[in-house]
Amino acid sequence: MNLSGEERDILAGALGPVPKLALEHQIKVGDFFGAEDFVPVTQAHIMADTESLGEAGVRWLEGLAAGKVGRRRVRIPTITDPRGTDFAKAAFLGHTAAMLTLEERTIAAFVKLGVMMTDTCINYQTVQPATLNEHVAFGDTGVVIYSNSVCGARSNFEGGPSALAAGLTGRTPRYGFHLERQRRATLALRVDFAPRSLNEWGALGGVIGRIAGNYWSVPLIEGIEASPGSDALKHFGAAMASFGSIAMFHMPGVTPEARRRADVAPDRLPEQRVGRAEIDALEKSYRKDDRVDVVVFSAPQLSLLELAELAELCAGRRFSIPLLAVTSPQVKPDADRMGYTRTLEAAGGTVLSGMCFYQSYAREIAEAKGWKRLATNSAKLVNILGGYGYVPMLASMEQCVAAAQTGRLA
Amino acid sequence: MTELVARHAIGAPVTGQALVANDGFSARYDLDRVAGTFSRPAHKLAGQSYVGKILVLDTAKGGVASAWMLHEMASRGVAPLALVFNSVNPILAQGAAFGELTMLAGFDGDITALVPQGARVSLDPARRLLILI
Repeated sequence: MNLSGEERDILAGALGPVPKLALEHQIKVGDFFGAEDFVPVTQAHIMADTESLGEAGVRWLEGLAAGKVGRRRVRIPTITDPRGTDFAKAAFLGHTAAMLTLEERTIAAFVKLGVMMTDTCINYQTVQPATLNEHVAFGDTGVVIYSNSVCGARSNFEGGPSALAAGLTGRTPRYGFHLERQRRATLALRVDFAPRSLNEWGALGGVIGRIAGNYWSVPLIEGIEASPGSDALKHFGAAMASFGSIAMFHMPGVTPEARRRADVAPDRLPEQRVGRAEIDALEKSYRKDDRVDVVVFSAPQLSLLELAELAELCAGRRFSIPLLAVTSPQVKPDADRMGYTRTLEAAGGTVLSGMCFYQSYAREIAEAKGWKRLATNSAKLVNILGGYGYVPMLASMEQCVAAAQTGRLA
Repeated sequence: MTELVARHAIGAPVTGQALVANDGFSARYDLDRVAGTFSRPAHKLAGQSYVGKILVLDTAKGGVASAWMLHEMASRGVAPLALVFNSVNPILAQGAAFGELTMLAGFDGDITALVPQGARVSLDPARRLLILI
């Protein structure tokens, strides 16, 4: 890679061992992808739940945080993805003292490194959305696809170590979605029905993700008549990223880089139609049982508007099985203030903050609570939880709330 | 002996047994990282141990957690020996860099069809070569 004078200084250790280590890591990644140079970034977002880090990852972070020589704090705003627990509800979730200690150690290390503990995967709805042409280094695939597609910002998937490195150096290797040429559509999907609910938007994203198939594909989605809104695009993008590792899509008339098809697509593209049959087939493929042990709304964390809708559906009900609604620390106080938390909890539900279900020791929760059959309106969550031993089932928010009352999914 | 050239490579030279499937890879979605096995029921390698194997798969899938998880698995000695893909995403490259794992990606042809199941394979990242022994 071509290095600037400042980058050569960092590499020579002028700022100390922590920025040097970060830049060395970034150069390895940049070299792998043939990046010519670095691009400055304005924000970083770190995925670092302790189930992923383990003892080894936490020790590595603590080693950075303990640095006495040179600079060890991040130099751009650097925020965090959900944590591995909600400390206020850890006992209910069956999280052990060892898990909580690991979390506390991680948080302490991040704070020493100057990281803001926002603990959210919906920072584009709650903290500060990246803007058109803004280069950022975001973790969480749902955050990246939303930021690239809906905001027009520029980010690759940045895993935890790389996002932290970007925070420490203020830059990232210029490859992938930082380059104009990578942002052109590579296939076209014509959608011939109108998704109505968040689970349908998620299922559509999942179907398109499977078709598109890998990180370097950029689907152009046509046939969507009206702007779906932030929550629908959130579920749509998160599922597409989850099922297909997709980091960007275009929706002419909706996403900012595609005011019209010709802005982002060559004359000829491979084309495919997606209809209701494919969406129904995806949902049906997960419907293994009609009995449900637990209902979970998570992945991504719920916005205030989703919680308002959920609270309205829960009002006056009495649940026979647990219902969990997971949101961000930015939204939770508003949900409390508006009375949504009280309404959900009066029905027997639980509102969790600052975590995300699959990033919070989902396997251990299943063992501790005896939960296996899980209903959710998140297509991303059903895609993930099979590997954790669950039988996840996808349904609408209304169906999931009804299942919490009856224990059965209609 | 057959040599196949990759477009991307990272890590140290290794030799081992290939575990091959035309399927994706995500440490979070697909693995029981305690048991060291593929755990997602729909995965073509479901139930099989990946520990110490050279995994030859189609593409990287899913989320960003793999970057930490490869490092964590390596610390407990339950990591694959190396990863080989037709197509890779940044997370796996970042994870390989962070976890000091060997990885090759991008071949002329479908690497999951070119490497026989159980074959003995050498990876030479400096020369971007996969060698079927």
